[in-house]
Amino acid sequence: MLKINNLHARVEDKEILKGINLTVNAGEVHAIMGPNGSGKSTLAAVIAGKEEFEVTEGEVFLEGENLEDTSPEDRAHKGVFLSFQYPVEIPGVSVTNFMKTAINESRKAKGLEDMPAKDMLKLIREKSELLEIDRKFLSRSLNEGFSGGEKKRNEIFQMAMLEPKLAILDETDSGLDIDALRIVANGVNKLKSKDNAVIVITHYQRLLEYIVPDFVHVLHNGKIVKSGNKDLALELEEKGYDWLKQETVI
Amino acid sequence: MAYTEEELKKELETKEYEYGFYTDIESDTFPNGLNEEIVIAISKKKEEPEWMTLWRLESFKIWKEMVEPEWANVKYKKPDFQAISYYSAPNKKPKYDSLDEVDPELLDTFKKLGISLDEQKKLAGVAVDIVMDSVSVATTFKKTLAEKGIIFCSISEAIKEHPELVKKYIGSVVPQKDNFYAALNSAVFSDGSFCYIPKGVRCPMELSTYFRINQAGTGQFERTLVIADQGSYVSYLEGCTAPSRDENQLHAAVVELIALDDAEIKYSTVQNWFPGNKEGQGGVYNFVTKRGLCEKNAKISWTQVETGSAVTWKYPSCILKGDNSIGEFYSIAVTNNYQQADTGTKMIHLGKNTKSTIISKGISAGKSQNSYRGLVQVNSRADNARNFSQCDSLLMGNECGAHTFPYIEVKNKSAQIEHEATTSKIGEDQIFYCNQRGIDTEKAIALIVNGFSKEVLNKLPMEFAVEAQKLLEISLEGSVG
Repeated sequence: MLKINNLHARVEDKEILKGINLTVNAGEVHAIMGPNGSGKSTLAAVIAGKEEFEVTEGEVFLEGENLEDTSPEDRAHKGVFLSFQYPVEIPGVSVTNFMKTAINESRKAKGLEDMPAKDMLKLIREKSELLEIDRKFLSRSLNEGFSGGEKKRNEIFQMAMLEPKLAILDETDSGLDIDALRIVANGVNKLKSKDNAVIVITHYQRLLEYIVPDFVHVLHNGKIVKSGNKDLALELEEKGYDWLKQETVI
Repeated sequence: MAYTEEELKKELETKEYEYGFYTDIESDTFPNGLNEEIVIAISKKKEEPEWMTLWRLESFKIWKEMVEPEWANVKYKKPDFQAISYYSAPNKKPKYDSLDEVDPELLDTFKKLGISLDEQKKLAGVAVDIVMDSVSVATTFKKTLAEKGIIFCSISEAIKEHPELVKKYIGSVVPQKDNFYAALNSAVFSDGSFCYIPKGVRCPMELSTYFRINQAGTGQFERTLVIADQGSYVSYLEGCTAPSRDENQLHAAVVELIALDDAEIKYSTVQNWFPGNKEGQGGVYNFVTKRGLCEKNAKISWTQVETGSAVTWKYPSCILKGDNSIGEFYSIAVTNNYQQADTGTKMIHLGKNTKSTIISKGISAGKSQNSYRGLVQVNSRADNARNFSQCDSLLMGNECGAHTFPYIEVKNKSAQIEHEATTSKIGEDQIFYCNQRGIDTEKAIALIVNGFSKEVLNKLPMEFAVEAQKLLEISLEGSVG
């Protein structure tokens, strides 16, 4: 599904990713953990194609295709989805209208007609039930005045609507209370299949109790310094990141 | 509306005949310059009664004493008023023989706006065959209106056919001496629309939707007079979403609305005159005076979408004279490249319990400057007057400007005035968020801009709103790299 080779990326003069290697296969859940500033969000943004970051070395492949010259929207059309750590507000644009636009743009890129209104409504109903979203919520302006939990739930709702091949959840657990966390995790688990993959970026182990990863990677100073199974997350929780820093001093 | 082809042809044949009537004056254009003789000659050409000629002359005298205002936040080369020809008969000769000769960029825009081929031809000045000519459609609508006693015709026709109404109301809201451009317009106005809704009548259709094409070429000095008699209602649409590449650089229109007791006028404008090219050359100067008068319990709503013109100077206003009267102003002004707009409204509260609402949305892109200038005035006798103003600016890029000049003058302690203003910028983060969801940058901007403008777009009649939305998208195309 996703293959990253020796990825280096920088913003302005600052190198943030310093040689990332990562392979994610269909049907897998990977967790990426690491202290603040280790490059987790940058990695997510680079995979999604944010132009602010310059890739200086290495490649990102999605289903065997090099994404080097692919625009963010084309990556989205190919099935990359990023659940943002800080979802932006778009005043005056309802969640429904935003989703309608997003879905139809993706369809257009694939040479399909707009989704008929009836099907769209059905899809919205189905997915909003999955995430226990009140229908009224969907007519509100995108993220405007949303609580932290509402924003994150809305991100996962969008993920459910767009049915991506590769979903990257960037700190989806931050700002969530325990009930919201359960709903969001539940949603992600239901969307998981043998054909798609999920990368969960998180600071804490908490979310991983609900979305159980097949692999856990620890990112530190722009590199993956340790990989393992879900037990690694528990170990980290117990010993803290300092333990790793000591262990990986080169 | 079932209309057989046969009827249509017949109607058009008679129309041709009507055109023939004008043939002898068609080719003449007056020499450049403005003096009393020219004013008299304009009036004569239009076969106006003496009172109208005298009114024009009086206006001219006033104009001569006035100086061009400089207070607006716009910079431009002042027009040489002696280098303009003040009368040019409607030109019937097509500019092109077929659409193939028309600027492909213009045609592309027409296509995006979803304008039919025949309309495209009309708008671009291409000869039209016998097809769904809007003139004939217009005539049948006129019949429906006439049954209700509604008068809807050109102002020239009204001066001849309904002199008592014109004489009573022309200049009653925008006096000749009101401002430099209004005085000029009063002296030399070319043509425009006249509308009268009788007592208690609700106009059954949006006026002028079907007249879009005819409106396109009304000339430099348009004069509009709308009178809604007691308890009547009318929704009036002005302008055209299609880009009008007018050769006239200066446009100075005057619009007067009169809403008598319990009447309501909704006046919607979409303005898309040539804004000049990307380097800021050419483009129309749009200096308009629009004002409405509300008598007791009357209501006037101005809704405008301004995307065109190189320089815009425009303040649709309401004089809330009658008790309990209501004035509303909803505006979207878009400036791109080197466009400059200084636009807003004036709400003059004279009567008791008068209410006004101002929602202004300014969108600036490129190197443009967009100013909101508004006055809320509460006079001493206007007890319990209320106003709510909201001015939002949206910036795109780093080289444009947004300015807000709110003036508030209150002479009555019971007044309640609220003013809110925001300025925001379309951020890279917003764009990236949309991109990530599969929405490309152009579409993302359109989405954000439409969201920003929603409160105003919602006030437009449905059909107009859809066009206006597309227009916003087109106006801002390519404005974020």
